Amino acid sequence: MLIESGSPVAADTRIGISLTINGHRRDLQVAPWTTLLDLLREHLDLTGTKKGCDHGQCGACTVLVNGTRVNSCLTLAVMKDGAEITTVEGLAGLAGTGSNSLHPIQEAFIEHDAFQCGYCTPGQLCSSVGLINEGHARSRDEIREAMSGNICRCGAYTNIVDAIEDVMSQGGGR
Amino acid sequence: MNRFEYVRAGTVAEAVQAFAGAEGSRFIAGGTNLIDLMKYDVERPGRLVDITRLPLDRIEERDGGLRLGALATNAAVAYDARVQSRYPLLANAILAGASAQLRNAASTGGNLLQRTRCYYFYDTATPCNKREPGSGCSAIGGIARIHAIFGTSAHCIATHPSDMCVALAALEAVVQVSGPKGERSIPIADFHRLPGNTPEQDTNLKPGEIVVAVDLPARDFGSHYTYLKLRDRLSYAFALVSVAAGLELDGDQVKTARLALGGVAHKPWRNRKAEALLQGKPANRESFQAAADLIVAEAKTQGGPQGNAFKVELARRAIVRGLEQAAAGTPQSISDKRIQ
Ligand SMILES: Cc1cc2nc3c(=O)[nH]c(=O)nc-3n(C[C@H](O)[C@H](O)[C@H](O)COP(=O)(O)OP(=O)(O)OC[C@H]3O[C@@H](n4cnc5c(N)ncnc54)[C@H](O)[C@@H]3O)c2cc1C
Ligand code: SF4
Ligand code: FES
Ligand code: FES
Repeated sequence: MLIESGSPVAADTRIGISLTINGHRRDLQVAPWTTLLDLLREHLDLTGTKKGCDHGQCGACTVLVNGTRVNSCLTLAVMKDGAEITTVEGLAGLAGTGSNSLHPIQEAFIEHDAFQCGYCTPGQLCSSVGLINEGHARSRDEIREAMSGNICRCGAYTNIVDAIEDVMSQGGGR
Repeated sequence: MNRFEYVRAGTVAEAVQAFAGAEGSRFIAGGTNLIDLMKYDVERPGRLVDITRLPLDRIEERDGGLRLGALATNAAVAYDARVQSRYPLLANAILAGASAQLRNAASTGGNLLQRTRCYYFYDTATPCNKREPGSGCSAIGGIARIHAIFGTSAHCIATHPSDMCVALAALEAVVQVSGPKGERSIPIADFHRLPGNTPEQDTNLKPGEIVVAVDLPARDFGSHYTYLKLRDRLSYAFALVSVAAGLELDGDQVKTARLALGGVAHKPWRNRKAEALLQGKPANRESFQAAADLIVAEAKTQGGPQGNAFKVELARRAIVRGLEQAAAGTPQSISDKRIQ
């Protein structure tokens, strides 16, 4: 059913929402308790976005909502009705260079060897794009601080900061 | 997560009404605390009232100060040009908390109402008076490293985890709320409460009341301030002890001192006697040590190797260092973690 402002939706109801995910509009029916992360992974097969902790403590689930990085594990899909979501699968599309080429930050991660196992990488990539969009971090220390919401068990931090600095010095690369 | 009803509110009145319409209602804003607690079954709301579409996200000039809408995100407030230039104490406190992603989602109202990070509160297998009134407090005699040293009771020794609220306490912000019985203003000092016999109540907000805004008074302590946060790792961790300090100086004499501590009590901790003691004194280490000694004299610690006795000396030194940073006009950097 569709949502009407002020009217309660019963607990067992599927709610009709529409999201633009990686540039494609999707009309979806979701239970109120479905997180954005579970919607992406379990319902839409967009398994690039990872579930690390499910509690906001690791950043593996980072996606862009209307261009802003957030933890998709701590947001409900119904609350994002109408939003534009970009996941790691959509970063190449953001760059606007066709789906076969990578986003500059993805190129830079490869170039700088900014991952080992890769589990944290989709979150690191989306977070990096968010950081560059925000435009607050300039120095290396500031980049490190602004990326502290993404934990990497392999400890690829130094190279991740290198990759971000590289893209920033090329003028952003959205 | 339990099953719950969902209401999307379009106006404050609609939100207040929807809240009253069911048992166990909760407002939801950023969701970064509530959804976390729902996943642990600590919160089991009967109804979620989604307030994210209310027009409460503005930051506006008001009476020489600023009014922060309850839905202004932590990031929006911290990076607002007016907040950065006039209330850098608040900006720095917010930026010392959580992560960039969390601050992008977290709201001003939700930050005020975030719940304690006491491990036992989160663990439904253990007794906790805050989660289940009357069941006991597992932290007393348990692992109490992160717990309070001021204002505790025999029923709860939890701390309020917010960084933002510590700065708001030093700035003497005023919380604007709306509820079934109309609107009222609550000074920040009276917003959070001590646990006493009813640790299940974190604040003096009445059931069904919604925070609509936070007002920052004109006095901004924008020249002599610091937010010094000490924690187990240098970022993305809650405070063990934090200090929000704001000074007004007359030459090298203290005209006014504001000092609030985080990580040490059930609410941002202020000690008016210590602030009064500083008034008219030279802004030097000796005065600051006297104020710090006065404050920590009231500390009551939890024993054992997993206790929190270390926080007394940590707080004492942090107060002195924080006041020195404020007096010198060299606030703690958010990104360069060295403490000068
Ligand atoms: C891993 C992690 C690390 C963190 N680290 C820090 C840290 O270092 N420092 C720090 O300060 N914080 C930290 N936080 C906490 C974070 O700041 C809070 O989760 C956030 O501020 C809550 O805001 P929200 O809008 O997401 O609240 P929600 O989760 O939406 O709501 C929280 C509570 O407030 C109530 N509520 C929300 N808005 C209103 C309103 N307008 N009126 C009445 N009630 C309302 C809700 O009903 C709920 O009970 C951390 C969180 C996580 C997950
Ligand atoms: S300190 Fe408070 S929150 Fe923690 S276990 Fe005791 S009663 Fe519960
Ligand atoms: S899965 Fe969301 S932060 Fe870890
Ligand atoms: S690359 Fe393995 S966790 Fe980061």
